Order: sequence, then structure tokens, then C-alpha cells
Amino acid sequence: MSVATKTDKIQRLAELTATKETSTGASLWREAFRRLRRSKMAIIGAAVIALFVLIAIVGPYLTPYSPTAQTWRGEVFPNRGEFVGPRGENWFGLDHLGRDMFSRMLVGARQTLLVGVVSTLIGLVAGFLIGGLSGAFATLGGEAGRRVDSVIMRFIDMMLALPSLLLAVSVAAVMGQSLTTVMIAVGVVQVPVFARLLRGAMLAQGGADYVLAAKSLGVRKRRIVLSQIVPNSLSPVIVQATLSLATAIIEAAALSYLGLGNPDPAIPEWGVMLAQAQRFFDNAPMMAVYPAVGIIITALGFTLLGEAMREALDPKLRG
Amino acid sequence: MLRLVVRRLLQLIPTLLGLSVLLFLWLDRLPGGPASAILGEKATEAEVARINRALGLDQPVYVQYWRFLKRIVELDLGTSTQTGQPVWDEFVLRFPATVELSLLAILIAVAVGVPLGYFAARNRGGWLDVTAVSGSLVGICIPVFFLALILKGVFAVELGIFPSYGRQDTGIDATSVTGFAVLDGILTGEFDASWDAIMHLILPSVALASIPLAVIVRMTRASVLEVQDEDYVRTAEAKGLKRSVVRGRHVLRNAMLPVVTAIGLLTGSLLSGAVLTESVFSFGGIGSFIRTAIDARDYPVLVGFIMFIAMVYVLINLLVDLAYSLIDPRVRVH
Repeated sequence: MSVATKTDKIQRLAELTATKETSTGASLWREAFRRLRRSKMAIIGAAVIALFVLIAIVGPYLTPYSPTAQTWRGEVFPNRGEFVGPRGENWFGLDHLGRDMFSRMLVGARQTLLVGVVSTLIGLVAGFLIGGLSGAFATLGGEAGRRVDSVIMRFIDMMLALPSLLLAVSVAAVMGQSLTTVMIAVGVVQVPVFARLLRGAMLAQGGADYVLAAKSLGVRKRRIVLSQIVPNSLSPVIVQATLSLATAIIEAAALSYLGLGNPDPAIPEWGVMLAQAQRFFDNAPMMAVYPAVGIIITALGFTLLGEAMREALDPKLRG
Repeated sequence: MLRLVVRRLLQLIPTLLGLSVLLFLWLDRLPGGPASAILGEKATEAEVARINRALGLDQPVYVQYWRFLKRIVELDLGTSTQTGQPVWDEFVLRFPATVELSLLAILIAVAVGVPLGYFAARNRGGWLDVTAVSGSLVGICIPVFFLALILKGVFAVELGIFPSYGRQDTGIDATSVTGFAVLDGILTGEFDASWDAIMHLILPSVALASIPLAVIVRMTRASVLEVQDEDYVRTAEAKGLKRSVVRGRHVLRNAMLPVVTAIGLLTGSLLSGAVLTESVFSFGGIGSFIRTAIDARDYPVLVGFIMFIAMVYVLINLLVDLAYSLIDPRVRVH
């Protein structure tokens, strides 16, 4: 065998293993997606979310009546405990001011989705930056880096030690009462969760062989973090983001219950509707049940999809 | 063991110090500040200045912080603007109610959640498993205060099985010894008072238990599933140990480790939940007090409460760490 054919053979072998390597590398997400499609939980969750998003987008255009007009004011007497339940013209009945509940539910979906998505994004972005920084310092920063990491983590632990609701209340107290406040307050609560998750995943990746290989090849630290460690640490963060959409919607409702919700009465939102309805719960329980069921089903949709994603991405179940 | 406790207690100091800085900055940033909360919206500037001077708010920031810190260390958390009483006294008065409620809630969550999670895992895919898993998913998604409203509406207002508000019927003349209503009844021999207090506790604690219960069921299930396939379980079975021994000592004991951690972490959410449930049932613990403090912008109470909760949370997690070393000998060695 000549030297030329020998190198040729080695080259071919290298190519073969290389293609094989990339195919298993790329298939983590494809494999996860394939398993996700076969999961009943994921399908139900995705269907619920799709329906919810659809209502949030087109709902405001489908309302039979104005969600804010007190058209049937003369038929509802909260003081005497007289309410109007579901009937032909008002499918979900009327609220305490004589407004059509069905129209309010349709319009409220958009606000609820907005609160959930924006607050989760706030938590995700801030948590990602803090956790990513901390993780980068811990994995590649040496002794000094570990010290920076432990300072950041002390701070995160401090945030975790505060009950989420009170953290949100503190934010609301400083910023005054508005929709933005609700979103920031709910978002801030999620920051330590995302930060801890990303940092944990990055630490786990930091000891991996490919990081060692990249280090010994002299790849720059910033590049190792950004193009190797972070992408490989994303899956728990994505799962958490999905689950957080559910908690964000529930937390926002709790804030509304405490009187810190969106004060604008012109824009119906499920959490605020539920909070207002609890005063009349003994006489008109359905007024609370509609927005509550809306919140529960939506939260359930995000939770189901999140849990299914967690299972699909779990390396222990793969292969 | 003692060294572990001391080390953990020392670690508390920077956390609490950092927290105090945050809280102080928060107080400083509040719109209007306590002056406008005390005086209302119609306050004149002179009146605001007078209150600010009285509260020491005209001093430099570092002086204010130092005084704030000194007061916290002396457990002087200021005076509630709602009641005019020292915040610390208000807490001491109401703390037993919240402790009773939280303890019962955790007790329910553990007593129901651990066996449910265990048997769900043992019969994976069976009806019990499916019910437990879907039930716990729904449990996480129900807003706590809505569940409390439903429980109150059905079991207190409609069916009249349980009282709908308060800690004890006003008709019962209970002697207070420790402030813990159930315990007091037993200590003084007024068993009817204890029974009445327990009846008042059931609905709020069930509502409060919903989220911890759901979390514990899922954690236990996942943990048992993981542990029961471990090599040491197979070894234990192969060497002919009794089934009950394998399940108790090998599977359950090891499966409980992450669950114990979860219980510690749940205390934070438990206290948030207590604010919501207590206010639905007008329970009269710290939770309902905080609810009114939020409405009244009673900042001394809110700040004191946050500080207080952070301490409780850290202490409970210290206890969890210690419990951990009791369950797992490996932790003791390291």
C-alpha cells in the first residue's frame, strides 16, 4: 500500500466519522422534536396554546358587543345580589356593571397572553444575562472567575429567599400601579430561576471533552462560551420558559387579587376580572369561574407542553 | 454536625446584609414615602417635612442605612402605620396562626403526596399514576386564591360543614397561653376550643397545600422511578432481602432526598400562598395582615415582613440541610 493511498484512506475515514459526528450532533433537536410529536401531552398542550393564541389574535374582532359598554346596567344589582347568568344574547351572562362577559373574555385573552409573554421575556433575558455571565466566569475564568461567580450566585440566592409574591409587591410599590408594573414584577420573580438554570447547565457542560478540546486548540474563551457552551446549555432554559408562561399568568392573577393588577378598567384581563368577581362570589360564582377556567386551561396548556419538552429533551431517555 | 450548623449560620450574614441594603434602597425609592402614606394625599409640604424630620428621613443616606440596620438587629422594625403598634409585636401576635396554617398545609402535602407519588411510580402507567400525574398538573395551574374561594363557597357557605372565616368562633372563650390556638386548647384542657380551631384550619390549609402537594407528588414519583432501577436495589433484591426492607430502606429512603430539599424550597411559596389564602378566609395571621398592609401602604410592616420571611426561609433551609445529613450518611462524612 502506497503512502498516498494510505493517507487517502485515513482521509476518507476521517470524513466518514466527521459526517457521522455532525449527524448525531444535529439530531438532538430533531430527535426531541420527533418524540415531542408522538407525545400526547405535547399535542394537547400545543393545541390549547394554539387555540389561546388564536383567540388572543382574532378575539377582539369577534366580540358580539363592546367589552366595556355597560349596556345592561339596569338589569344587574350587585348590592341586592341580583345578577344575570348565561342567556341567549349574553352567552356567559353579565358582570357586575352590566357588561357582556363573553366579549370581555374574548378581549381579555390578548391582555393575558401579553402579560404572560412579556413578563417571561423580561425574566428570561435578565436571567440569561446574569446566569450566562456567572456560568462563563465559573467555567473559564479560573480562580478569580469562580469568586465572581459565587458573588453573583449569592445575590441570586438572596432573590430566591424572597417569596415571589412579595418581590412582585415590592416592585409594584416602587413603580406604581400599571400594566407595565405587573409585567416587570412578574418578570423579576423569574430572573433567579433562569439565571440558576443556565449557570447550572453551563457548569455541567464546562467539564465536557469538547470544551477541553476547544481550549487545547486555543479557541478564544468568548467563542467557546458563545458558540459551544451556551448553545448546549439551552434546553433546560427553553423548557423553563414554557413552564414560566404558565406561572406568569397565575402570578399576574394573584397580583390582581391583591389589588396591584392593571388598574385600567377599559382593558379587560382575566386576572383582573377574576379578582373583581371574587367580591360577588357568593351570589354570582360564574363571574369568577369563566376567567378562572380560562387561566387554568391556558396555564395547563403551557405546563403540558413544557413537561413534554422536558421529557423529549432528557438525555437519559434518549437512544 | 455542630461545625456544619455554625458554618451555615455564618453564611447567613452576607445574605441578610445584602438583603437589608436592597430593602433599604427600596424604601428610599418609594414614591411619596411614608409621609404621604401617613398624611394622605392632601398633605402640605410643611407637614411632609415635619414627618420626614421625625422619621429621620432628612439625614444622609448612609446615616439612615446605619440606623435602619441597627434597628433591625434590635428587632425594632418600626411602627405599623395601620395600628400604631410596633411591627415586631404585631408579628409575634399573628405568627402562631400562620405557623399553624403552614404546618398543617405541609403536613397534608407530605402525608398525601409522598404515598401518592410512591404508589404512582410503582404502578407506572396505571390509573393511579395517570390520576396522580394529571391531578398534580392541574393543581399547579389553579390560582391558590381561586381554589380557596371555591372551597369556601362549597364547603363553608353552601354545605356549612366548615366555618368560613377566622381562627376560632367568637363564642368560644379560649384561654391563650402560647398563641397557638390548637395547642392552647390541649394545654388548658379546653378541647372544644382545640377542635374549633382545627375546624377553622382545614379549608385554608387544604387550599394552601395544593401547590406543595402537587410538587411533592411529582418529585416523589420521579425520584422513586429513578431510584428503583439503581444497581443497589437490584443487588438488595438479589441477595434475598425482604421486599418491605428493599422498598423502605433502599428505594424510599434514597428517593426522599430530593423531596426533602423540595420541601425546604417550598416554604417561600407557602408564605406567598398564605397571604392569599389567609385573606380569603380572613384568617387573622400574618398573611391577612400583609394583605391589608399592601392596601394601606404600611411600609414598615412590609419591609419588616420581607426581612422576617427571608430569615425564616434561610433557617428552614438550614434545617433541611441538617435533615439531609440525618437521612443520607454520605452528607455527614463530607
